[in-house]
Amino acid sequence: MTAPEALGTAPESGSEAVLIAAILAGDREKFHLLILPYEGQLFRTAFALVKNAEEAEDVVQDAVLKAYRKLASFRGDSKFSTWLISITLNEARGRLRRDNRAIVDSLDEQREENADFTPAALTDWREIPLAALERQEIRALVQQAVAELPDSYREIVTLRDVEECSVNDTAQLLGISVALVKVRLHRARLLLQKKLAPQLSRVAKDALKPTKPSTKRSLFGRLSWL
Amino acid sequence: MALNCRHVWDRISEYIDGTLDPGVRADVERHLATCEICSAILDSTRNIIILMADDRVFELPLDFSQRLHARLDEVLQHEHPEPV
Repeated sequence: MTAPEALGTAPESGSEAVLIAAILAGDREKFHLLILPYEGQLFRTAFALVKNAEEAEDVVQDAVLKAYRKLASFRGDSKFSTWLISITLNEARGRLRRDNRAIVDSLDEQREENADFTPAALTDWREIPLAALERQEIRALVQQAVAELPDSYREIVTLRDVEECSVNDTAQLLGISVALVKVRLHRARLLLQKKLAPQLSRVAKDALKPTKPSTKRSLFGRLSWL
Repeated sequence: MALNCRHVWDRISEYIDGTLDPGVRADVERHLATCEICSAILDSTRNIIILMADDRVFELPLDFSQRLHARLDEVLQHEHPEPV
């Protein structure tokens, strides 16, 4: 396939290597293109740690500038996206440390021992289609559930399930073992299921209720999910 | 091996990621075939993972990209990447 890459999608590592070589040879403007596909990923990574949109934006800006300045040190032994994410994680961690807000693993571990990882038992799960995300209510429920996870779980879920990094890349980025990534990911997913499944199930039932023509409901209401 | 519900819950994440040993996977599937509750737990967990991965959930702040590239421009105009 030789179709041009769509904006916002990750380019092949070959074309990335070409861009990087061009930038290092003096075509500096190409750095804009190089980072374009990863902006969202970097923002969500920073947001998972600092938990504030404005601050996450500052983290990403600082991380991207650092990536530009250090570009010659990118060796290509990891993916460019993983390299960018790792710089972003470091920036975010640096900020948390400066403000004494660093993620303390041992506290989360204590909480882990006491947490209840029993999922929510439902018998009538109806699939929530992606189209449902057009509704602010649904997006807010998912955001809230992720925000309420213990810090070390939120990091893992963000890298693995939001950014879709591999388990190995997630372990490398966080400097923890693959086994620990798997345990935390599993627990985080069960905590999310326990919290979200009943809420989403309720919203789904409301959305699928037939509406009487005489009642004043918006067009959105009548079109169920949309 | 016949698994109970708790055994299946403990394996849900690895089941979704496709990293269970084939024998364990078959045991989980045998349980799922007859257990409505575990099937719903699996489906809802998988559904939530799919929803989380959608870009609409964690949207970028308005003009995020413009501000990022404007700040980058200031640096690109004056600085080369550092030599190794």
